[in-house]
Amino acid sequence: MEPLLLKRIQIPGSETLAVYLREGGYQALRKALEMAPDQVLEEVKRSGLRGRGGAGFPTGMKWGFTSKDPKRPKYLLCNADEGEPGTFKDRPLLEKDPHALIEGMVISAHAIGAEYGYIYLRAEYPYASQVLERALAEAYEQGFLGGNILGKGLHFDLHLHMGAGAYICGEETALIESIEGKRGEPRIKPPFPANVGVFGMPTVVNNVETLVCVPLIIERGADWFAAVGPKESPGPKIFSLSGHVVRPGNYELPMGTPIRALMYDCGGGIPQGRRLKAVIPGGPSTPVLTEAHLDVGLDFGSIQAAGSMLGCGAVIVMDETTCMVRVAHRLLKFFHHESCGKCTPCREGTGWLEQVLDRIEEGRGRMEDLDLLLDVSDNIRGKTVCALADGAVSPVTGTLKYFREEYEAHIRGGRCPFRGKVSG
Amino acid sequence: MNQEVPTKTVTFSETMLRQVEEVCQRYPTRMATLLPVLHLAQEEHGWLSGEVLDAVADLLGLPRAHVRSTASFYLFFRTTPQGRHLIMLCDNLTCMLHGAESLLEYLSRKLDIPKGGTTPDGRFTLIPMECIGGCDTPPAMLVDKDFHGNLTPELVDEILKKYA
Ligand SMILES: Cc1cc2nc3c(=O)[nH]c(=O)nc-3n(C[C@H](O)[C@H](O)[C@H](O)COP(=O)(O)O)c2cc1C
Ligand code: SF4
Ligand code: FES
Repeated sequence: MEPLLLKRIQIPGSETLAVYLREGGYQALRKALEMAPDQVLEEVKRSGLRGRGGAGFPTGMKWGFTSKDPKRPKYLLCNADEGEPGTFKDRPLLEKDPHALIEGMVISAHAIGAEYGYIYLRAEYPYASQVLERALAEAYEQGFLGGNILGKGLHFDLHLHMGAGAYICGEETALIESIEGKRGEPRIKPPFPANVGVFGMPTVVNNVETLVCVPLIIERGADWFAAVGPKESPGPKIFSLSGHVVRPGNYELPMGTPIRALMYDCGGGIPQGRRLKAVIPGGPSTPVLTEAHLDVGLDFGSIQAAGSMLGCGAVIVMDETTCMVRVAHRLLKFFHHESCGKCTPCREGTGWLEQVLDRIEEGRGRMEDLDLLLDVSDNIRGKTVCALADGAVSPVTGTLKYFREEYEAHIRGGRCPFRGKVSG
Repeated sequence: MNQEVPTKTVTFSETMLRQVEEVCQRYPTRMATLLPVLHLAQEEHGWLSGEVLDAVADLLGLPRAHVRSTASFYLFFRTTPQGRHLIMLCDNLTCMLHGAESLLEYLSRKLDIPKGGTTPDGRFTLIPMECIGGCDTPPAMLVDKDFHGNLTPELVDEILKKYA
């Protein structure tokens, strides 16, 4: 399949309005503005598009939940916080194709009746912020944003909002709190943002890649989109491939492409003829898979059936030299650091997991620690306000499921068997 | 005899105040302007001292406690003095698999500061980071607003020469 989401990023000047227009940009918006909002919504529903930010929620359905109360202004927020380690798929879109995102947002705003929008961009992407500021100014100048868009009476104001380095602000209600000028602590749901979101108003939060899919759906039609990849999770998808592969990078493939094809055909396989040990299929919030899963398709349903999750499509490859205890320890350090601290099981539990993993990695572990790890994980999962905590136990439960003997070797030998041999 | 301790009064430049006005146009509430205004204040003052935070609170008419508590939540808002240049090196998973930890040790030795520390000449602050979205070119770092990937000790030496 030829790249569509990433088709413009190699073109010099792709981030400018002039090049975007030359390449056929904003034509989908013209088409969408000839359609009634409900027709646009229906088209996105029929396309089967599911959110690319991690949870995979059907986009059309989410839009459909938005309050219809005409007296309350609606907000559309773009989640450009991209903080899941191993994920860098939104970055080329933000840096090289900002108008595709703006066009996607205007079309989406038309569908849900949103008058105001913000792009919540992580502070770690300062270059993208420059590009977006310029693109937004151009779009205002040329009448693609603001009042009476393209003379069709649509009003949509869109601004950039810079985050400040907190992974949790990628969680949609934390993102909302952060835009409101507060600490990024997730809200208890319900109420859902569709009814009570930012500034108390009905709000839709969508990922960058999700929004960039929207012009494609309008341009080529829902049927076309729905026919790419598996029926229950269709469409093109950008996979961020990293770790022990010859050619790491972003690869756009149809949903359902086997892990093997991404890793070997695109990524060139593992360097130095080493063997594969483990693959994280959807970012560290998703449990590891192994060589036995290489023929599993990269789509929401197939990865779930294999015991993990597609997440945002961040595929991290680890070869045989990698110590799984060290991996789990590093990731728990991350989750502990990023826990907002609101829920005790998450705040304390991730710290305990980090400590126990640290002592096993340092050769000071006990066999009982393995049950303790699972026990603490059980007491975290499903007992918190947001899904950070559910993701945080994945590195522990996933590695223990497939690599328990590595943990035992650490404990029995009183040292890390990979020390000195690890590639990093 | 009581002598008044002169308190350092924090002022913001005309340019920044104009930018703040613009920011205020973009949000329906005063509170929502806080993050953008903290970014502006930090650009201007280098870091966010208690005095700067209080001045921001007063400027926006927000409770000082809210401003301090909010600023302390975010890694990019620096509430201690910083070097002129921030070296933000990622040591999360993919970068770790490609030697980020030893690179961090190398930098710490080279600059003779602990992680999080600032060189005595005030030139650099060394900050270990979570993933910065450069996992296709690991290990990766940001120096201030510039991204650098595929780092080696030699390359880091070269790069740092550019930051006086
Ligand atoms: C801890 C945590 C971090 C998240 N980080 C991101 C993120 O960086 N980017 C993103 O798009 N979604 C992130 N999400 C998912 C969002 O909550 C939300 O589901 C998503 O933005 C919805 O957009 P979509 O339906 O288009 O995927 C995160 C969720 C959690 C629990
Ligand atoms: S689960 Fe963790 S990150 Fe989420 S709200 Fe609770 S403490 Fe905060
Ligand atoms: S893990 Fe280092 S940039 Fe992503």
